[in-house]
Amino acid sequence: MTAVSIDGVWKYFGDYPALREVSFTLERGACLALLGRNGAGKTTLLRILAGLSKPGRGSVTILGADARAEETRRQIGVLGHGIGIYEELSAVENLRLFARLYGLSNPTKTAMEWLDRTGLERVSDGLVREFSRGMRQRLAVARAFLHNPSLLLLDEPFTALDDRAIAVLQTLLNDARREGRTIIMSTHQLREALELASDVALINRGRLAYRGERTKEMLDDPSWLYRNYGEA
Amino acid sequence: MRTKVILALCLIAGAILAWNLHTMFLSVPDEANQGAIFRIIYFHVPAAITSFAGFYVAMFCGLGYLANRNLRLDSVAAAINEVSLAFASITLVTGSIWGRIIWGIWWTWDPRLTSYFICLLMYFGYFMLRRGIDEPHQRARMSAVLSIFACVDIVIVWKSIEWFRTQHPGPVLSIRNGGGMAPGMEAPIWWNLVALLMLSTALILIRTRQQTMQHEVETLRRYAHAY
Amino acid sequence: MTQAGSIEITEKPRAAAAPRARAGFLRQAFAVAAKDLRSEMRSKESVNASLSFALVILLLFSLAFDPGSDQVREIAGGLLWLVFAFASALILNRSFARELVNDCLDMLISSPISAAQLFLGKAMANFVLLIVIECLCLPVFGIFYNVTWARRFGLLFLVLVLGTWGLTVIGTLFSAMTVNLRLRELMLPTLVYPLIVPVLMGTIQLSMLLINGEPIGQDNQLWFRLLVAFDVIFTILSVAVVETVLVG
Repeated sequence: MTAVSIDGVWKYFGDYPALREVSFTLERGACLALLGRNGAGKTTLLRILAGLSKPGRGSVTILGADARAEETRRQIGVLGHGIGIYEELSAVENLRLFARLYGLSNPTKTAMEWLDRTGLERVSDGLVREFSRGMRQRLAVARAFLHNPSLLLLDEPFTALDDRAIAVLQTLLNDARREGRTIIMSTHQLREALELASDVALINRGRLAYRGERTKEMLDDPSWLYRNYGEA
Repeated sequence: MRTKVILALCLIAGAILAWNLHTMFLSVPDEANQGAIFRIIYFHVPAAITSFAGFYVAMFCGLGYLANRNLRLDSVAAAINEVSLAFASITLVTGSIWGRIIWGIWWTWDPRLTSYFICLLMYFGYFMLRRGIDEPHQRARMSAVLSIFACVDIVIVWKSIEWFRTQHPGPVLSIRNGGGMAPGMEAPIWWNLVALLMLSTALILIRTRQQTMQHEVETLRRYAHAY
Repeated sequence: MTQAGSIEITEKPRAAAAPRARAGFLRQAFAVAAKDLRSEMRSKESVNASLSFALVILLLFSLAFDPGSDQVREIAGGLLWLVFAFASALILNRSFARELVNDCLDMLISSPISAAQLFLGKAMANFVLLIVIECLCLPVFGIFYNVTWARRFGLLFLVLVLGTWGLTVIGTLFSAMTVNLRLRELMLPTLVYPLIVPVLMGTIQLSMLLINGEPIGQDNQLWFRLLVAFDVIFTILSVAVVETVLVG
């Protein structure tokens, strides 16, 4: 079953194409490592998938529906560059808010559960502005996962995470893979990503330069892809 | 082809305006109450109608952009609004001059002039907004939305200022003179309107061409910087 | 490895988090409004700034217009709404700007709530904040300008509500529009003030009458109708275009 289907997507900023004729599909339960240099178009693509912007041309189908459809957004979890949590609210208030926005039936219970899972149960009533960076990152991860999304979109998730947060995220990602959720992860951290990934895609100057399964070769030599398909 | 059209429009408009000037000054007698200055109405009213029509046409172009995301429509909308803004300024200036000569004051809070002034402010804001957004599609979207709000609001502003001013009567520029113009005297207004519409079309065509070229230059710049 | 404790996979988390069928439209808008209000109550940044600004303007007006004179007492209603209009700019500007911190705006847009719910939630929060500020300004205004505004407070409050909603709806939409612009603080007032002229005219007229204790005659009732019409038209228009403005 196809989780994500991108067909002939172009994204223009003015007349400049940030994405050019990008097409690929991703099966349910797969984990895609989205590679590419800075400025290649990875974030642009992820934002389109997250429903934050519309493609100039082409179509995007997620879980059988349009990216902006309400049902689709309910099943997507996003972890972007910004952590997406409110400084003036407490940890539990943040998670409760997002639980409500995602239509969960018991927001408080879910919020407390996820604070547990990310090791933040003791600071549940603390305001986020007083948290350390690592705590905020773990809270962000909780926010992205708490509605049990079928599709996870992660934009350079391992960047700037401390050890504890990385551990939490890796556990959750492994669980997600085991539970058959679909993951798309853009990254510069080749090793961590390639370990988790089942599929690989390389974006080069807005074009899809490579799309295939993650092979043992790639795992052994992470820069293989860049050497063979990236720019010089 | 396009250049020929622009040239043709300008020439015809110029001819009509010249002929009208002749009519206005030589054939039409001075108006009983206002003297020579009433001739300014022959520019004031057509300019007003042209600018108003322009703002609404531009709003529809904006809606067209929202429907099919064609940046061309946004260029046209912006060009129309620019030209309309110029004609709105002419409306205000001619109205102000008329007021000065008739009433001795440069500005009267006459309902129509005040509404025009607010319209002017809205479209100054429109162009400020456009300058503040670099990304063309975002600029087009926001301009279209602002255009819709401005056009819907203008109607409400117009009505409410009329009510406001009828409660606080002051000097009123009744340019229409109660509609009591003799038939012979009205004709130049309509001819001038035709001339101004042609002129504005020519200006819009020129502006649109300039904007298209600007887009191309910006695109080339982006390419150059990206690589 | 991690303090997250034993991770029970599969069943448990999924059952507990089963989404219920579409929470009410307004309920989620209220969740957004509550979040904004809670944030604001904790930091009180916008409210303090706005209130200080309002007081400063009242002071400045007292320098320009002699507060003791009868004429000023007559136009006091107008001055009041000028104060409200200026002070509201601070609140309205913050409305969407506060979402830029930590990219929260992206999270809201990518969540299942519609842009309309997000907009209404923010508008409701702004409305509450503005009404609070206005109610705090009234007594101060009464003292500075020696006017008794409580004479016909019921109707005055109605004018406050209708006028403030008009301000709020336009201001919140344009806050969304200008959120990513570098000249946001300049743009918002420039764009909003011409558009809200009808609201200000209506509220100024009505406030002047009510503060002076005069009856609202037949001819002045049209101002109420104007305010209601403005509110309805622009609420509908704003809700219709907000998705285009935010996502595009």
